[in-house]
Order: sequence, then structure tokens, then C-alpha cells
Amino acid sequence: MKLETTNIDKSLLKEKNKIYHNIDKIREDFPILKQKVRGKTLVYLDNAATTQKPKIVIDAISNYYLTLNSNIHRGVHFLSEKATFEYEKARTKVKEFINALSASEIVFTRGATESINLAAFSYGLTYLKDGDEIIISTLEHHANIVPWQEVCRRTGAKLKVIPISNNGEILLEKYYELLNNKVKIVAVTQVSNALGVKTPIDEIIKKAKEIGAITLVDGSQAIPHLKIDVQSLGCDFYVFSGHKVYGPTGIGVLYGKADLLEKMPPYQTGGDMIRSVTFEKTIYNDIPMKFEAGTPNIEGAIALQKAIEYVKNLNIEEISEYEDALLRYCEEKLSDIPDLIIYGRTPCKAAVVSFDIKDIHPHDIGTILDSEGVAIRAGHHCTQPLMQRLGVSATARASFSFYNTFEEIDILYQALLKTIKLMK
Amino acid sequence: MSDLSQLYQEVILDHNKSPRNFYKIENPTNFAEGYNPLCGDHIYVYLKIENNIIKEISFQGNGCAISKSSASLMTTILKGKTVSEAKDLFEKFHKIITSDPLKDIEIEEPSKLKIFAGVREFPTRIKCASLAWHTMFNALEGKAEKISTE
Repeated sequence: MKLETTNIDKSLLKEKNKIYHNIDKIREDFPILKQKVRGKTLVYLDNAATTQKPKIVIDAISNYYLTLNSNIHRGVHFLSEKATFEYEKARTKVKEFINALSASEIVFTRGATESINLAAFSYGLTYLKDGDEIIISTLEHHANIVPWQEVCRRTGAKLKVIPISNNGEILLEKYYELLNNKVKIVAVTQVSNALGVKTPIDEIIKKAKEIGAITLVDGSQAIPHLKIDVQSLGCDFYVFSGHKVYGPTGIGVLYGKADLLEKMPPYQTGGDMIRSVTFEKTIYNDIPMKFEAGTPNIEGAIALQKAIEYVKNLNIEEISEYEDALLRYCEEKLSDIPDLIIYGRTPCKAAVVSFDIKDIHPHDIGTILDSEGVAIRAGHHCTQPLMQRLGVSATARASFSFYNTFEEIDILYQALLKTIKLMK
Repeated sequence: MSDLSQLYQEVILDHNKSPRNFYKIENPTNFAEGYNPLCGDHIYVYLKIENNIIKEISFQGNGCAISKSSASLMTTILKGKTVSEAKDLFEKFHKIITSDPLKDIEIEEPSKLKIFAGVREFPTRIKCASLAWHTMFNALEGKAEKISTE
């Protein structure tokens, strides 16, 4: 059946949107999208959990092991020098991608979770004390809640939470009320992983800086959708995971301002993070190496660099524009379905649609969509406090990438109708 | 029959829409709370046991169709059974939902339980089906604290 597409898509896309006009070619770059699941063509709408990888990223990993594998730093042989060069080049690419001042401000980690833990444990445990305060928001992923709770437990600091509106918007007035000179850290997400809602991150950082607090931005969900400039944001830390921006799993980034990283103690200790070791005294390496103990995920960093190149080639502004059209189309289409509620329906959003249907549990929605080849996520999305705030135990979440199509949203729509028919 | 209609059989959908024994027993002799953090399924199982026989059993809470219908069906099966029969059925049910899908399973009565065999094809949903049973088992064992299927 040929499904007609309403006017909303094209009207939002400029005549020249490169992605819209080259979508078939772009999809060719992602081999996994071609496969059938449960006998149906895969419709992958779980991009907020992890994105698929373009062939150049997959090739970069296998090429590394085919031609480059060796341990980096201090190797005097050809392969080690070359691998070190590529690993450090990846760091420079990341630095350019988020516009950091220096490559020494880019620490490679296992992912955003480890990045936040590093900042929380190294900075938080060292500089916070009893009576201090840490501010997060109701929208946070567990990864940006639990490390701070642990810092509070160990230091006696208190955790304060910025409330949100029923639509998932940060209540700035309430945030201002929380600010005082006891607040030492403000750690907030740039885009909600569960709802897709963008936070007023510039304003949040600006006000935090006015009272001298350190700021951390969880950019995990922003990095695939928005242009990031850490200098213009003015944040002290920025974290993201490589796999959410078309790179492999197991590689992530902690950006930290150099002067802060300098004064922080190591998070883990061992090889590579040292300058010299005697049994009496160890001198630590310079940043960022001070925070990279042990052999790192070399192929992960190198492949992440390829992912960044891929995204840059497509152009992040074009990606935003195209994904925004997908988002509006999906929201409009799903609004037609009786008893379907979309959570976080605000104008300022990344391409995520979180919803549920009256009397049908999201898990059942997920299973039935899966039988149609449609991959979405159902659950609390690692945001249990947010789910409690919204008064739901779980939601179903469709999240989009530039390789998704309007036709795929039509398939999602039909699969949802089938779900209702089966369950009601 | 497709995997999906194996999973969402008529009986299951019926129990989901009109759950049986869906209320709270005042002054239960046994009680437990179960929680599946993966999907947020949350259930309370209440029992009234006299002379080792389950005189009354009920549940409350919210969850997906599989967990709700499993709880509902469980209450209809266990009413009137002895405690050891209930524990035995718990073992049988566990076998039904976890055995190798390629092998035929030989489980005697009650055949009503077999409608959950379709769950085997959906590994992520096994915990949904077993939540009520685990919770009931804990209630019998006198472990009133919240259990988690994770």
C-alpha cells in the first residue's frame, strides 16, 4: 500500500536539504538497515538508545586490527607510532567537533556514564564538603543522578532537583530559587533522553556561573542532533558517548576545562597515566593522559573519529532540519491515534517521541511493533524519577536519526493501529 | 499460528482486559510485593491460608498484558490448592516459560498454564510472565519484602 505523506514534511524542509534528497544513498552507508527482522524490513527507531554505524566506522575497526594493531604511547616501532598518531588524531577531531580550546581537554572514557563518574568522583569528592549543594534536573538519566547521590553521601553535600512542567520543560524560575552560594555543581542534560525535550542549557550555565558553580552538561542525546560548541556554552564539563553519534560502544568523551582537569586528582591509576614511578613516589602524567590509565579503547577512538567525519560531511545543521521534519511528521501522525498520549510535547525538541496508549502497556506495544519489524524502546528509559513525575510506569519511545524516512513513520503508524486492534 | 498470536492468545487478552481476583484482601495471612524494574511492572499478591489450603488469593498492581494475565490466571488456578501444590505449580510454570522452545515439554495439568508457553519465543517477556508467580512464592515463604525479578 502506498501511503500518502502529508504536507508537513516538505514544507519544513528547504528545497535543498541534502539529506532529504539523498536519503537512499545515505541508507546505503548503513548495511544493517537492509536486513529483515522477523520477516519484515527493519524499521530502526531506537536511535536514542544507540545509533547504527556507517560502513566507514565498521571498516575503521577492522582496518585497525588488520593493519595497525599495537599498543600506543612509548612504542618505538612503526605500528605503535602509527597507532599513537591515529589515536591522538581522533582526540583532535573530537576537540574540533565540540570546539574545545585544546586537545588536552578531551579525555577518552568508556562512555558518558564513566565521564560523569570521573567528574563526580575526581572533582566532586575532592572539592565538595558538608553543606554544599549539587543541582540536577528532573529530566536526568540515572547516569547523571546516581554519581552525584554518591558524592553527596560521601561528602555530606545535598542534592537539589530542578522541577519540570507537565510537558517536561525545565522550570527556570524554580531553578533560580535553588541558586545560592552553597551550590557548587550544576549538572544538567542538554536533551532529555526519555522525552527529547531540549533544556535551556545556555541560561542554566550562565546563572550557575554567576554564583561560581561548576557546570556539567550531559550531551549524550544532544551530540547526534545539534551543533555543539563547548566554548560558547561556557560549561566546565561536557560528556557524551561515541555510540550515540554513530561511533562504536565502549568509547566516550569527557571534555573538561584545562585548569579544572589540572587541579583534579586521577580517577583511576596505573600505567599510561604516570610520568615516573618509584616505590616512594609517583609523578602523574599531564592532562588528558592523567585520566587515561591502562591501555585505552584505541580502535574505538579511531572509529569515533570516522563517525565524526561522517556526521560533519552530512552537516549537522542539515541533520537537525531533516530530523525536525521527521519529528513533526511523527507527532502529527501519532496525534491521529485515539487514546495515544505524547509526553514532552514542546516546540523545543530533538527527534524523540515518547508516548503511551490508554490501557495498553508500553511493553506490549514494543513487542507487537517488533513483530512488524519496528524497533522502539519501551520502559523507564533509565529515568525512573522522571517517569514518577509524569505519573507513568513506562513509556514507548520512538527516536529518529537522519537515516530514517517518512515512510518508516507511516509503517510505525500502521503498526500502532494493529497494536490497538489486537489489544483492545 | 504466528509467534505473536501464540504470545497474545485469546485467554491472555481476556485476563488482561478483565483480570480475575483483582482486589486487595483485608488481613491476608500471606502477602508479598513484586517489581520488575526493567519495565516497571509492579504487583501485590494477597493470600488467605487456612489449614494449609489457599482459601482466597488476589492481586493488585499494574503491568503489561503478560504480567497481568499471568497473575490473574494464577489466582484462578491456585484457589483451593494446598501450599505444597502451589509451590509445585510454581515449578511447573517456570519450566513451561523457560524450557527450550525447540523441545516439547511434558507438563500435566493444569493445561491452562500452557498458554504461556508462547513466552519462550520472547526472552525479554519471560520475567513479565513469572513476576506474579515469584511474588506468590515469596508470600508463601513469608518473605514479605519487595522482590525483584532482575
